[in-house]
Amino acid sequence: MSATPVYLDAATATPLHPVARQALLAAFEDGWADPGKLYTQARRARQLLDAARAAAAEVLGVRPDELSFTPSGTVAAHAAVLGGLAGRRRAGRTLVHSAIEHSAVLHAAERHVADGGDAVSVPVDRLGRLDADAWSAAVRAPGVAFAALISASHEVGTVQPVAEAAAACADAGVPLHVDAAQSVGRVPVPAGWSVLTASAHKWGGPAGVGLLVVRKGTRWESPYPADERESGRTPGALNLPAVVAAAASLRAVAADAAAEAARLAPLVDRIRARVAAEVPDVEVVGDPERRLPHLVTFSCLYVDGEALLHALDRRGFAVSSGSSCTSSTLRPSHVLEAMGVLSHGNVRVSLHRETSEADVERFLAELPGIVADLRAEAGVVGL
Amino acid sequence: MPDEVLDCRGQRCPLPVIAVARRLPELPVGTVVRVLADDPAAAVDIPAWCRMRGQEFVGQITGPDGPAYDVRRRH
Repeated sequence: MSATPVYLDAATATPLHPVARQALLAAFEDGWADPGKLYTQARRARQLLDAARAAAAEVLGVRPDELSFTPSGTVAAHAAVLGGLAGRRRAGRTLVHSAIEHSAVLHAAERHVADGGDAVSVPVDRLGRLDADAWSAAVRAPGVAFAALISASHEVGTVQPVAEAAAACADAGVPLHVDAAQSVGRVPVPAGWSVLTASAHKWGGPAGVGLLVVRKGTRWESPYPADERESGRTPGALNLPAVVAAAASLRAVAADAAAEAARLAPLVDRIRARVAAEVPDVEVVGDPERRLPHLVTFSCLYVDGEALLHALDRRGFAVSSGSSCTSSTLRPSHVLEAMGVLSHGNVRVSLHRETSEADVERFLAELPGIVADLRAEAGVVGL
Repeated sequence: MPDEVLDCRGQRCPLPVIAVARRLPELPVGTVVRVLADDPAAAVDIPAWCRMRGQEFVGQITGPDGPAYDVRRRH
């Protein structure tokens, strides 16, 4: 018997929003020309691009000329960090970031360090929340050029104290990048940042579109060779149909965001409570209250994460894991490591607009048996 | 010094944690077991197991045999 598929990995990629699909197909028809040229087809493409930019900027509450589209969220995060450091190289060479940034930010930090710069990682507590005092001290230190903070953990859902961190950065005169990939289109992002990035396939847009917002007055310099497109912030011809679809779906999800959060947050609470109550020896991780509405993470003692993912997949459930055996590097998730929580047997469940209460109930009904079977196979029952 | 050494080198998560969970209750309260484990997840998971089980994580040592983790039976 093959089970009906239940997709619970929205934090990796959310199923394409119907508005995105519609916009994508329409834009394939008349959005193929280069928007920079001076003929009718190009003007049509330019109109589409301008409208997409205006729509995305309006959702984020920024000026259209502050917003650039990039070829992905990862490219946007790389550009945010490396461009922020380049623009402030006379102020110093130190990047301050949280210990739980997305790997895109950490890899940009590694590049900066390889080029002779410094990076300071600020710890989080057991719930995955930034140590705000350590952050304030770190950004005040001499030679700090730039700071990066994720809006909310993509692995455990803990919302970060962005307003407080931004205030500390403002006091120190250090521009702040907020990686808002898990927040944009779902929850508001506090003001005070200088650079913001996001990723369309996290909110139901197509993959291959990122957002890079640089507020006016920010000393940010493109880390790429010169290119006049996208205000010189990111080079190359855009995938315009995908950009149009990304913007249209962002507007749609933003309009429904409060209602969706109100629908999904109780389902996440239910998963947190029921998993803790019905699966023995499980650690439900992340902040119980200050959290994203759609994402929940737990670790099952003595269970192999890869085996758990495969067992769930056989029953039709698509989830993600931060366990080392599921990563190509065979290292545990740096987020779980920074929090000091159990990293094996880890499951991240993330919900989206197509997730029904029945889907969640079926997951909750089947999970305890799946975990029990794996423990019985491994001979670890009663340890 | 530890009272006993569990050699879990070459074992992947969660095997080193299972090894200590099996062995520790067989030893008297107060016994310190040293777990040799080169899987990087052990550095996270052995202290987390101690916390979940109310056992004492004494500390991490890096010796000639690679990373090692000392755990004391508390109850």
